[in-house]
Amino acid sequence: MVIIMKNEKYELIAQDHKAPNPRLKNAIIAFVVGGIIGLLGEGIIELLCYFTHMSRNNAGTIMIVVMIFIASLSTALGFFDKLVTKFKCGLLIPITGFAHSMTSAALDYKREGPIYGIGANIFKLAGSVILYGIIAAWFFGMIRFLLGGRV
Amino acid sequence: MTFTYDNVYVKDTATIAGPYEKKGPLKKYFDKTFDDLYFDENSWEKAEIKTVKESLKLLHKKVGLKRKEVDIILGGDLLNQITATTYGSYNFSKCFLGLYTACATSTEAMILGSCLIDSKKVKNAIVTVSSHNMAAEKQFRNPTEYGAPKPKSATFTSTGSASMLLTKEKTDIKVESSTIGQIIDLGQNDPNDMGKVMAPAAIDTIKRHLKDLNRTADYYDLIVTGDLGLYGKEIVKDYMLEEYNIDLSKNYNDCGIMLYDLKEQEECLAGGSGPVCSALVSFGYIYHQMKKKKLKKVLIVATGALFSPTMTYQKENIYSIANAISLEVV
Repeated sequence: MVIIMKNEKYELIAQDHKAPNPRLKNAIIAFVVGGIIGLLGEGIIELLCYFTHMSRNNAGTIMIVVMIFIASLSTALGFFDKLVTKFKCGLLIPITGFAHSMTSAALDYKREGPIYGIGANIFKLAGSVILYGIIAAWFFGMIRFLLGGRV
Repeated sequence: MTFTYDNVYVKDTATIAGPYEKKGPLKKYFDKTFDDLYFDENSWEKAEIKTVKESLKLLHKKVGLKRKEVDIILGGDLLNQITATTYGSYNFSKCFLGLYTACATSTEAMILGSCLIDSKKVKNAIVTVSSHNMAAEKQFRNPTEYGAPKPKSATFTSTGSASMLLTKEKTDIKVESSTIGQIIDLGQNDPNDMGKVMAPAAIDTIKRHLKDLNRTADYYDLIVTGDLGLYGKEIVKDYMLEEYNIDLSKNYNDCGIMLYDLKEQEECLAGGSGPVCSALVSFGYIYHQMKKKKLKKVLIVATGALFSPTMTYQKENIYSIANAISLEVV
């Protein structure tokens, strides 16, 4: 015996019981926290330039390394995921999120060994970012080359 | 498909729960709880296997049966190849059947066990289910340390294992009847809103159970669904009333909501899920209430989302199923 339920009626009733989704609040939190991460990065660059007299370009690279280190370490120590749950995309969009995605995958799969575990799964989340990052970089590089002519 | 049984009884249960369940309101009904999700093992999967072993060991001890005196173990979990159940059940019975209908596995196993006992094929059967929050997270979603933000409608996989011994010997609690569910596809495809995915299956099975046995909803002291969560529960109540004129407002609840204190435990979002969610509540809390005769007739409708990440990425709908079993105090 098959009772076919009415899809439209079901959707209508389900509409009344939707979970709240505070998009604006989330966006504001992400904006502020993401901004703080940016401020922190800029601070590191300024400090490096001031104290070591290195070029801004080099300082930028070192700042990225420092940010990746801080994020990965806090993932490994086990509190970054709790911050992500709280501050959401404010922490996931900057470079901290990229580092976190790789460290968390590595941590999860280390029991399956270095090859089938960490090696095969470390790019589980980051793979898409790298692939489409490179493709996008190529396209924008081409556009810049064709328009401006300078590499 | 609805069956009634004459000589199937619940002998005893054993429940092992994790740290989040321990913080919930049903803590005192669990036999053993752990504070750490690793359970002294070194991986999530091994931790889940350990909960299964612990619950089976405890159940054997409670009922005083030796390993070879148990005819069959029926059970399942969420991991690929139902690893936790197969590894955990090793050497605990004469034979074994592994089952899977996701979070509806507990009642599926109870139905099959009852059929085997009722037809006198076996003397006793153990039903065992388990799930582990982190093991499920790793398999179905993101790495566990990633902590990806989830909407409020998402459910939280419960941790632990629950076992129950069904027997033909007469006890206080009888397995009275059961209804096997059908696979439902109502065009749902949001893995972050499983309540909405599974509510149709619960509605369909409850409706058919009541119709087949010619009962009204108030026949039962309590009707529980497995893991629909805050929003799925309300959908079931409204749909049943508006479409079938069945009033569930007095005696209906959802195990996913009962298992946690959702106001305090915000990480549990809309409520618990996983095979062990309905089992911890029904083998723990409900079983104890029935023993004390505070509840006399209970209908347990475990709900399962037959969710495969692969099929969802391939833009297919998520199917669902619900199996119902009715327990009565004799």
